[in-house]
Amino acid sequence: MSRPYIPKVVTANALLEGDVVYLTADDRWSRQHHEAELIEDEAHAQMRLLHAAAQKSVIVGAYLADAKRGPDGPEPTHFREEFRTRGPSNYFHGKQEEAAQ
Amino acid sequence: MYSYTDFDEAFVRSRVAQFSQQVERRIDGSLTEDEFKPLRLMNGLYLQLHAYMLRVAIPYGTINPHQMRQLAMIAETWDRGYGHFTTRQNIQFNWPKLPDVPAILSALADVEMHAIQTSGNCVRNVTADHFAGAAADEIEDPRPIAELLRQWSTDHPEFQFLPRKFKIAVTGSPNDRAVTKAHDIGLRMVRNGAGEPGFEVIVGGGLGRTPMIGRVVREFLPKAELLPYVEAILSVYNQLGRRDNKYKARIKILVHETGLDEITALIEQRFAEILPVWGGQNDALLAQIEAAFAPPAFREAATDGYDAFYNADPVFRSWADTNLAAHRHPDYAIVTISLKAHGATPGDATADQMRTMADLAERYGHSELRISHEQNVILPHVHKSDLPAVHATLAQAGLATANVGLISDIIACPGMDYCALATARSIPVAQQIATRFDELKLEHEIGPLKIKISGCINACGHHHVGHIGILGLDRAGVENYQITLGGDGTETAVVGEKTGPGFAYDEIVPAIERLIGAYLKVRAEPEETFLETYRRLGLAPFKAALYEAEGQQDAA
Ligand code: SF4
Repeated sequence: MSRPYIPKVVTANALLEGDVVYLTADDRWSRQHHEAELIEDEAHAQMRLLHAAAQKSVIVGAYLADAKRGPDGPEPTHFREEFRTRGPSNYFHGKQEEAAQ
Repeated sequence: MYSYTDFDEAFVRSRVAQFSQQVERRIDGSLTEDEFKPLRLMNGLYLQLHAYMLRVAIPYGTINPHQMRQLAMIAETWDRGYGHFTTRQNIQFNWPKLPDVPAILSALADVEMHAIQTSGNCVRNVTADHFAGAAADEIEDPRPIAELLRQWSTDHPEFQFLPRKFKIAVTGSPNDRAVTKAHDIGLRMVRNGAGEPGFEVIVGGGLGRTPMIGRVVREFLPKAELLPYVEAILSVYNQLGRRDNKYKARIKILVHETGLDEITALIEQRFAEILPVWGGQNDALLAQIEAAFAPPAFREAATDGYDAFYNADPVFRSWADTNLAAHRHPDYAIVTISLKAHGATPGDATADQMRTMADLAERYGHSELRISHEQNVILPHVHKSDLPAVHATLAQAGLATANVGLISDIIACPGMDYCALATARSIPVAQQIATRFDELKLEHEIGPLKIKISGCINACGHHHVGHIGILGLDRAGVENYQITLGGDGTETAVVGEKTGPGFAYDEIVPAIERLIGAYLKVRAEPEETFLETYRRLGLAPFKAALYEAEGQQDAA
């Protein structure tokens, strides 16, 4: 039996600010992980990644990151992706700061 | 101090103009990221985890107050009000926005600074002993040679596409503070039989995935032959370096695979070809540069005020004992300003702190500042009578931490708080260790100890040469920290030994505490340093302290 596909989100950095962004189901780039489209099918994931990578004047370095379903939308599963949703741990900069405003 | 030539100025300005257009074309979509990436990297612009990062070169760690103030201005205008000094004597800005980068580069050019060759497979920023030109133990100031190398390597047509990046470090002292043995080329000033200064040439050192201590290819090289000799090394490397495999492309692998005798012969052969054509073309230039690096006019004044203050004020005394080093002029001292306040991010300085340091350098330090690879800032020439005033000002700016060379004076790379290549965080580990030992009030009792932390195998935090090295890894999706012991980055350089399995994020600080507990218990006398104890006893007592508790748990 083949292994079940680990769900993914498409993520990248915004071209102008470098901020972490996520591709939503309605083709927007959101700054928030929980708004991302949770992709549970491998073929669809590849399609969405191609779609993202084509937006070369909006984002940089699109890739698929593992994620899981959560009560408010997709959540990261790896610590690196979790840090990307927040910002650095030594200063209250980045997304955590924006979220608090 | 050395000032750029018109050529440098024109070159840097034209690069800024060029890059401004490239940024414009990237933003309007006419350049793809694949096309743009090598161009931005050539200008020091990286894309990190949360934002872009701009790496600015501080050649051989030497910077003047005017430049330091400009860095403060940049930090405030286009970044988050601080800068991060790195182990390569560079400064990094962690939050620039792409459209602002041309303006930042232009502001840097205004003070003769740039970000050129801070990335890519070229000769990177040449680093030097941060006490250069001031240290009591120095033969000669090595910075004129570093400057000569900088001029020669900048935009050198033959060496812009080397098999891999190339790092050169130089020191003028027998006590190596520039980690020369862990560089692609290390140059250590020595005297020959006739008493003339020249260089011992070390090749093939490096940390990273395959740490290696450099090998001596030439025991004595006259200063005048330095440039053709370095060119010969690069030329051999450029031709034979392993371009087929990124992990084998550094010169250390070439030296290792070719063998010392053969690589030395190849270099000498190439050198013999180059030398006659070279002629004496740099002699005049070197003499000119040397003149520009002439020492400042040292002040003659009494130092008894300093002695009295030293005896009267314990806080000042503690700082003087740890943060001062011997100057070549008996009435002067070298001041190391610690950027390692307990719990702060190693190497970070706020814009205000940068300005304070610039003011102090101007007022009391012959307008000189240095950045150390240990992520501190140096005032290389301070008259002893001025030290109480310098200390008082530093204290007000949160810059008077008396911990240089102690357990909380930790090198930590940006790790997974910023770096896209990281496998784990390093900054919070450093913060927690420093805070913990400050609470324990143990660090002066522990004495000299270098902890160095890297957030991945690339080893920017020099963990291999830390007395205690910590390497952050990703083990099955969890941060895990591997410890090495006994590393040394000085003239007696060695790569540290792994202790065994790593520790989880919340176990690493207690593990370090156990290590230190073991050291305090087994050291022969309080004067025996951690490294000396380790060299005398080996891994065993430390391993026991690290893993014993675990074993007991298993048995239970
Ligand atoms: S050691 Fe690794 S994590 Fe640290 S700065 Fe270098 S590349 Fe980044």
